[in-house]
Amino acid sequence: MNRRSLLAIALAILPIVALAADPRRDAMLSDYAAEARRLDAGFTAFSPQRGETLFRTAWNGGDARTSSCTACHTANPRQAGRNAKTGRPIEPVAVSANPRRFTDKVEVEKHFLRDCKSVLGRECTALEKGDYITFMAGQ
Amino acid sequence: MILTAALMTAFPAIADDRVPPVTDPVVIKECGSCHMPFQPVFLPARSWSALLQGLGDHFGEDATLPPETVGIISAYMTADAGDVTGQGVGRKFMRWVAPGSTPNRITENPAFLKEHNFPDPVWKDPKVVTKSNCLACHPAAASGRFE
Repeated sequence: MNRRSLLAIALAILPIVALAADPRRDAMLSDYAAEARRLDAGFTAFSPQRGETLFRTAWNGGDARTSSCTACHTANPRQAGRNAKTGRPIEPVAVSANPRRFTDKVEVEKHFLRDCKSVLGRECTALEKGDYITFMAGQ
Repeated sequence: MILTAALMTAFPAIADDRVPPVTDPVVIKECGSCHMPFQPVFLPARSWSALLQGLGDHFGEDATLPPETVGIISAYMTADAGDVTGQGVGRKFMRWVAPGSTPNRITENPAFLKEHNFPDPVWKDPKVVTKSNCLACHPAAASGRFE
């Protein structure tokens, strides 16, 4: 592949990358980071690996129909899912596939409350929310 | 257009079964974020009130919403509830609702059951998931057409 075609590919990808980055998501992550630091002085940074573990773990803590996040979002967050309780299709949760994800704090908080209770049987911590978003932002 | 009119004359049941769609943007957004926003005519006003007061345990889900949002949804759903409008599909469903009862599942109404008497494999289809998933088989259900 010559240099010119590499440049062409880079230029084609650029808008997608630019679209995925969103100042509202950055602000949301800063908020969660501040909260995580308040709860644990040892907090340094969010981890996409911890986020992925959160996403894939079978918690079996809440509703039997939603033992893990993947029950609705499938094992591939870049593909569409389906609500395991209602059957409603769910847009991909990965930011690369759905750049509007994690841009509205009220919506995000509402869904973390519902979904963490359904999957883990409790509310998620700021650390878990930040890890999850960081994982999805890289997907 | 003419064909539609002709069909509606020929099969008045089709015209009767049209359900006024939900038009309120708050109802569409909040209820529709987990399931099709069900049309208010399928339950009496007291049922909608009870459901909206109990969102903390909404069929096992914590569907809590801010009080002002609950107020908007409640006002909309009770204003057009089956026992309030008293016509069309609403009347068909309300015939089965006892005066003192407060049903919370549209899918338990005999008017629903009569039309959905399917063998188990139909309900077990992975696209269906639950009886309340109207859209699995009625793609235009949200706009009130349950053909």
